[in-house]
Amino acid sequence: MSEKLTIGFLPLVDACLPILAREHGFAEEEGLTLDFLRDVSWATVLDRLLYGHSDAAHMLAPLAIATTLGRNRPPQPLSAPFVLGLNGNAISLRNDLAERIAPGAGLGDPREIGGRLAVEGREWLARGARARFGVVARYSRPSYMLRYWLAACGIRPDRDVDIVTVHPPFVADALASGEIHGACVGEPWNSVCVDRGVGAIVLATAQIWLRGVEKVLALREPVLEDRRPAIEALIRAMRKAGRHFVEPANWEVNAAILARPEYLDGNADLILRSISDRLVLRQGGEPVHYSDFMFQYREAANFPWVSQAEWLYSQMVRWEGLPCSAADAQAAARVFRPDVYRSALKGTGDILPGANSQVEGSLRQLLPATAQQGEMLWAKNGFFDGMVFDPDDIPGYLEKLP
Amino acid sequence: MRIAIVDERAARASIIEEGLAQLDGCEIFVLGERKGLLARIEEIAPDIVLIDLGNPSRDVLEEYFAVSRALARPIAMFVDEADDQTIGASIDAGVSAYVVDGLHASRIRAVVDLAVKRFNAFARLQADLAEAKGKLAERETVDRAKRILMDSKGITEPEAYGELRRKAMQSSKRIVEIAEAVVTAHELIGR
Repeated sequence: MSEKLTIGFLPLVDACLPILAREHGFAEEEGLTLDFLRDVSWATVLDRLLYGHSDAAHMLAPLAIATTLGRNRPPQPLSAPFVLGLNGNAISLRNDLAERIAPGAGLGDPREIGGRLAVEGREWLARGARARFGVVARYSRPSYMLRYWLAACGIRPDRDVDIVTVHPPFVADALASGEIHGACVGEPWNSVCVDRGVGAIVLATAQIWLRGVEKVLALREPVLEDRRPAIEALIRAMRKAGRHFVEPANWEVNAAILARPEYLDGNADLILRSISDRLVLRQGGEPVHYSDFMFQYREAANFPWVSQAEWLYSQMVRWEGLPCSAADAQAAARVFRPDVYRSALKGTGDILPGANSQVEGSLRQLLPATAQQGEMLWAKNGFFDGMVFDPDDIPGYLEKLP
Repeated sequence: MRIAIVDERAARASIIEEGLAQLDGCEIFVLGERKGLLARIEEIAPDIVLIDLGNPSRDVLEEYFAVSRALARPIAMFVDEADDQTIGASIDAGVSAYVVDGLHASRIRAVVDLAVKRFNAFARLQADLAEAKGKLAERETVDRAKRILMDSKGITEPEAYGELRRKAMQSSKRIVEIAEAVVTAHELIGR
């Protein structure tokens, strides 16, 4: 007997794991039938999840936390037992600005580009102008990565530059029309800007924080409890999809699947760029290989580190100017459910980390780590400015940030 | 009460507008343009914003409501004990509502219920139209297939229809599917 799960998603490359779990039969092997509900805004993906049109959804990790804390709607507890991927976003700038502040051929250095942007930004401010950047949504990692980078380079978001929400398919138009000067967005939308010749990719967000959670599989907490066996089966199916996804021999076929009208309805060649970590940074340029661009499988990438939920909470507090509350931090931490992930994969031989939380930003090289199951190396998880996040002291961390 | 309808589909927006016009004491504004949307909302200062779930501007609007300095900023409507059914029905119909805090629940319900009815009516119209179009296309295909059989076999129209029907029954398919096959085959090999 096959059990049906309906999954909401936005047409982005990092919705790939549940899609490929269905297309390659991994879901079926686990006794699941997956249906998909595609939408064009995160607000609608969220509403459909909250009102039961979908059982689970591809969701921005900070949005799952904001919803649990009642930041955008009256509070509704969500759970994230699986990370759909790390990184995968990039910062694109209008061509003229990119040429001035990021002149090299490859991806630049975040400090150098940020430093030059700060100089340029001050000149603009002196003229009474301000730079504007687009992000996909308020509660999103692109927003927090962009803000983190700007602030660390001496550019205060909301004071020195404006950060506005732009619907990803309109980012290229907004760059072309001059409505924004740059954007931090997921793929394939940076590549679309490059392809249309309206912008250049200057940084990958992985250069700002090497291993940060991007999208999660989110569910309403009561749904997770009611349908626990099916969700654990889905987690196993998505791990199998991840193993398939990172295999170079499968890149082209997976890009073609994702490009189909019912999924991303996009260009398979552009999708292939992010899948293969080979981005074309400027129109007509050669592809640049950056192996950390998207992280969907290796180094236990799908494991929901509680410390990452807490880091996202710290940024929510930082940019909303609200006081840090221990109760909220705890509620945010509870959104990530490593216990469910562990129970789904126990006995499969898959890697399970020995801890649920880590000091983020502390590791600059791969180290062997204790694991509950399998062999694992601690992933490098550095922030570009060398800061370290200890989840046990969020207020202390926030005091140290600019 | 000031109501803003954000919908890029002009036909649907006017059907909703017409429905809401029945309510007393309501001023209705239709916003069909993506450009300048936030400036218009700011200017109108609505008590209720209705926006379709398929509208790509929703995240932009949510951001605006979250950071807007306005005192009475609308927030997303949400299931609580009282409004469970109303809001559930609105999401099912494909419309979401943002309301200013403190607005009387019965007034909100009146507006949202009417909007839902109108949304559903519009969806039914669309479905009817699509069905009518489909039927017309099917009839054209069957007519073409009949003509091909009449020309190639020198038979009458009722005989040609009879052949299509017989073949359909034999292979438990619909007549239009057999007709499509005849037309396709004719395009490939006939002339």
